[in-house]
Amino acid sequence: MSETVEVTLDEVRHVAELANLELTADELPYMQHDLNAVLGYIAQLNELDTAGVPAMAQVGEMLGNEVHQHGETLRADAVRPSLDRAAVMAVAPETDGKFFKVPKVIER
Amino acid sequence: MIGTVKAKKQIPFGNDKQSGETGNMSAATEIKTALTIDEVRAGIENRTSTATAIAEEHYARIAAEDGPTGKGINSFLALSRERALAKAAKIDDLAALGDPLPLLAGVPVGIKDVLAMQGSPATAGSKILAGYRPPYDATAVRRLDAAGAVLLGKLNCDEFAMGSSNENSAYGPVRNPRALDRVPGGSSGGSAAAVAAGFAVATLGTDTGGSIRQPAAFCGVVGVLPTYGRVSRYGLIAFASSLDRVGPVTNTVKDAATVLQVLAGADPLDATSSDRSVDGYVKALSQPVTGLKVGVPAEYFGEGLDPEVRAAVEKTIAQLEAAGCVITPVHLPHTKYAVPTYYVIATAEASSNLSRFDGVRFGLRSDESKTLSAMYKKTRDEGFGAEVKRRILLGTYVLSAGYYDAYYKKAQQVRALITRDFLEAFAKVDVIVGPMTPTAAFKIGEKADDPMAMYLADIYSVAASLAGICGVSVPCGTTADGLPIGVQVMGKHFDEATVLRVGAAVEAAQD
Repeated sequence: MSETVEVTLDEVRHVAELANLELTADELPYMQHDLNAVLGYIAQLNELDTAGVPAMAQVGEMLGNEVHQHGETLRADAVRPSLDRAAVMAVAPETDGKFFKVPKVIER
Repeated sequence: MIGTVKAKKQIPFGNDKQSGETGNMSAATEIKTALTIDEVRAGIENRTSTATAIAEEHYARIAAEDGPTGKGINSFLALSRERALAKAAKIDDLAALGDPLPLLAGVPVGIKDVLAMQGSPATAGSKILAGYRPPYDATAVRRLDAAGAVLLGKLNCDEFAMGSSNENSAYGPVRNPRALDRVPGGSSGGSAAAVAAGFAVATLGTDTGGSIRQPAAFCGVVGVLPTYGRVSRYGLIAFASSLDRVGPVTNTVKDAATVLQVLAGADPLDATSSDRSVDGYVKALSQPVTGLKVGVPAEYFGEGLDPEVRAAVEKTIAQLEAAGCVITPVHLPHTKYAVPTYYVIATAEASSNLSRFDGVRFGLRSDESKTLSAMYKKTRDEGFGAEVKRRILLGTYVLSAGYYDAYYKKAQQVRALITRDFLEAFAKVDVIVGPMTPTAAFKIGEKADDPMAMYLADIYSVAASLAGICGVSVPCGTTADGLPIGVQVMGKHFDEATVLRVGAAVEAAQD
């Protein structure tokens, strides 16, 4: 992570594409400005030498065995009732009652 | 207050349908102090009031004050009258039979709109979930319901819980009931405002980087951050899964302990919930704090801390010492890195979690959805607000090829250092006490155009979020302008009992 990181407009467009976001021409420069401001602030993490420090994905890891024994049990792999299909489909934007319907996938 | 409960005597039992609008309005204005859980239960148990009358009273107050014709607080996004009154009637039936009442019998509660509550909308403060009504209850909601609580409705919040002022809601900002030109804090701004305004006795909030505790401090109420894994997140619309917690907002520490008692515990539907036994939180409050070691971190009293907030917190620490606590300096050397670490980890997780909002299964689908890819993009463009887009972009950026190690892995390593700071400090002390926020509530609009200034409002709350420890924010005075000030008590993983005990001592020391 370089101290002088500058995200370009093209990079903002690329990231927006990855995130399935369509930004308007007006939004792009604002987002570029804000991203650079936040990334500049985040760059202070480089002051720290983290060589040899394990990456912490979640809290349980830091507490050692205690939480491993108590906090991460999985429920039994057994059949149980799931949500009623009709109730789920009732809140979908478009459905045939059995499946979610979406527009055509391949553009012509 | 007790006078008000007595006044309810005139309303005949089970006669809620006849209690007219005007009658309720006058009842609402009579109440100057909010009810506690004990007062609600006692009123119902002694038959001096009914759950139905109490629910109607709260709805009347909401009708009179929450909307634009009242004070425009805007804390409730949806009311669930039918479900609430049916529940209240059930509680009244129990009371009539003289049956034992459950722990939260008849207690009016509100639910932050990021939690699923069957039959009610769940917008998460976003247009993208407009119209969505989840077909099930979140576990936290189900537990409140099972304990006899009366669920009044859904509460406003920053969109997808992203914000520190509640100005990011697609359904308008919430006003701070203690100063209507000020923000209530965020993201659980509606949850804190509803309790402060007397619209609900307790509410559920969620906290990812301070979203329960900071609004509690701004509104002068109590907010609990339970340990990561202590309260189930099943049915919570996820923001950052390694950080998100569900917890109570109340007027008193005892009420917070009572609600947490109901919420805490393992849930087979949430694999991150812990099956550790749950302590007796209410019982712990009666134990004296004498001899408890209270750590005071110098890093929480540095530059940027408002002098009035500092004075109030220092006074609180002196009061704890007078109550028999042993005050000990501690060091949390990586504190200044907590906010940048948080904004990498939280946004990275958010960019992944929010990919599910795509117009397929629930909520909004753009009218411009001619093809699948256009549907995704148009729906997300129309549905998400600016702050959500900003965080999705940042999160996607830090996870993208070539940047993962430099940002995401680096932040995870610093997160480990921040957590170690706490583990080392807690080897020496029982709790850590400091300011909850650098300033009291700021004005609506003051920081709305400056994301960085807004992020720094979380400077004292995010470290506890990253470390997974528990904490509580308790009111500890007001500024010269009358704005509430909050002090935070942070505790060891799963040691909510001690945190609440110290919180109760702070509360007892107030005038």
